[in-house]
Amino acid sequence: MHTRHPILENLDSLIACRSCDLLLDRVIPPPGKVARCPRCHHLLISNKRNVIDNTLAGAVSTAILMVAAIFFPFIALDEAGLHRDASVMDAIGAFADGWSAPLTIAVAAFIVVIPVTRAAALIYSLLPLRLGRRPAGGAARSFRLAMALKPWSMAEIFIVGVAVALIKVTDLADVSLGPSFWAFSALIVVVVFENTTLCEWTIWRLLDPKRR
Amino acid sequence: MATAGPQETITAREAGLVSCNTCGTLAPLGSRAVCTRCHAALHSRRPHSAQRVWAWLIAGIICYIPANIYPMLLTNTFGRVSEGTIIGGAIELFEYGAWFVAVVVIVASVVIPVAKFVVIAALMLGVRYGSRLSAHRRMQLYEITEFIGRWSMIDVFVVAILTALVQLGFIASINPGPAAAAFALSVVFTMLAAQSFDPRLIWDSLEEPQDRARR
Repeated sequence: MHTRHPILENLDSLIACRSCDLLLDRVIPPPGKVARCPRCHHLLISNKRNVIDNTLAGAVSTAILMVAAIFFPFIALDEAGLHRDASVMDAIGAFADGWSAPLTIAVAAFIVVIPVTRAAALIYSLLPLRLGRRPAGGAARSFRLAMALKPWSMAEIFIVGVAVALIKVTDLADVSLGPSFWAFSALIVVVVFENTTLCEWTIWRLLDPKRR
Repeated sequence: MATAGPQETITAREAGLVSCNTCGTLAPLGSRAVCTRCHAALHSRRPHSAQRVWAWLIAGIICYIPANIYPMLLTNTFGRVSEGTIIGGAIELFEYGAWFVAVVVIVASVVIPVAKFVVIAALMLGVRYGSRLSAHRRMQLYEITEFIGRWSMIDVFVVAILTALVQLGFIASINPGPAAAAFALSVVFTMLAAQSFDPRLIWDSLEEPQDRARR
C-alpha cells in the first residue's frame, strides 16, 4: 500500500489532468472562465453558465432536426427531363448492393443512429436534473455512452460530404435542395454549440449521487 | 487557478491515485476495479496502449492501400463505365477548375490520413525512444490528430450521396467501387488507433530519466 501524503486526505479537493495525469488542487474557475492544466494546457474545467440547459437544448435540437432530416425531401436532380429524388435513406442505402453492404450499416450509424442515440442518452441523463429531480437510474451509464459515442457521430461531416458531391454534379444537372438538406446543415451549428458549451467535469459532478 | 509549480509536479499515479478516464473521479490506486461515480473500469494508464495503437494503425495502413488502388466511384455515362480513384477524382476536379473542392478532397482523403499514420507512429516511437520534439508539441500533434481524424470520412459520404443521387438510367449512373469500403475501414481503424493512444505516456517518458538518475 502506498504511503498517504497529507494532501490525499480529501480527494474531492484534488483533480488530475486527464491528459498528462498531473495532480492539482481543484480550483473551480469563475463563471465563464476555464481552468487548464499548467503542464500540458489540457482543458480541466470550463465553468460555463447553464451547462445543463445548453446541453439539453442541443440534444433536443438534434432530435428535432434528425426527424426533419429523415422525413423531408433531401436533394433532387433534374437532367434531360429525367427526375431523381434522393432522401437520406437513399444515401444510407447507397452501399447496399454487393460486398460493401456492411458499409450501409456503418453509414446509417454514423449519420442517423449514433446522433439520435446520443441525443436520447443526454436527454435521459440530464432532463431529471433540469426538472430538479434525482438523476434517473443509469444516468451515469447513459451520459458515459453519449460521451463515448461523440467521435462516431458524423452528421456534420456527412453534410460537408454532400456539399462536395453537389459541386461535382451541378455542372451536369440541375440540383434542388429540400428541407432535409437544411436540417442537416443546421446540425453543424448544434455540434459546434455542444463543443463549446458542454463541460464534462461539471456534468459528472452534478450527476454524482453523493452530492445530491 | 492550478497551484502546483514546476518544483512540485506530482502525477496522480505517483501520489498513489487513479483518475477515472471517463469522469475524472480520483480513487486510491488499486483499491477498486470500477469507478464509484460512473462505473467505468479504472485504469491509471490505458491498458496495452502500445499494442493496441500499433495493431489499429497497421490495420489502418493496410486498408489504405486498396482504398487508393481500387476505384472509389464507377461512373456509367451512355453505356460507358469509367472508374474513378481517390486521386483520379481530385485530378478531375482540378481539370473542371473546381480548385477549392479538389483541395478539400485531397486534404481529407490523402493529406490527413497519411499525416495521421505518420503522427501516430512518431508519437509511439517518441514514447519508446525519446523524441526531438517537446512534449508540448507532441501533445498538440496528438490533439490535432484526434480531432481531425473523423473528417477523413467525407469521401465516403461523397460516394454515398453521389450514388443515391445520380441514378438517371442510361444517361448517367454512379455506383460505389470497392475502395469506398476499404477507405471507410482505414478511417475507422486509424480513429481507434488515436483513441487507444494514452497521452499520459508522452509525459511519463519525460519523468523516467529523472527517476533513473535518482536510483
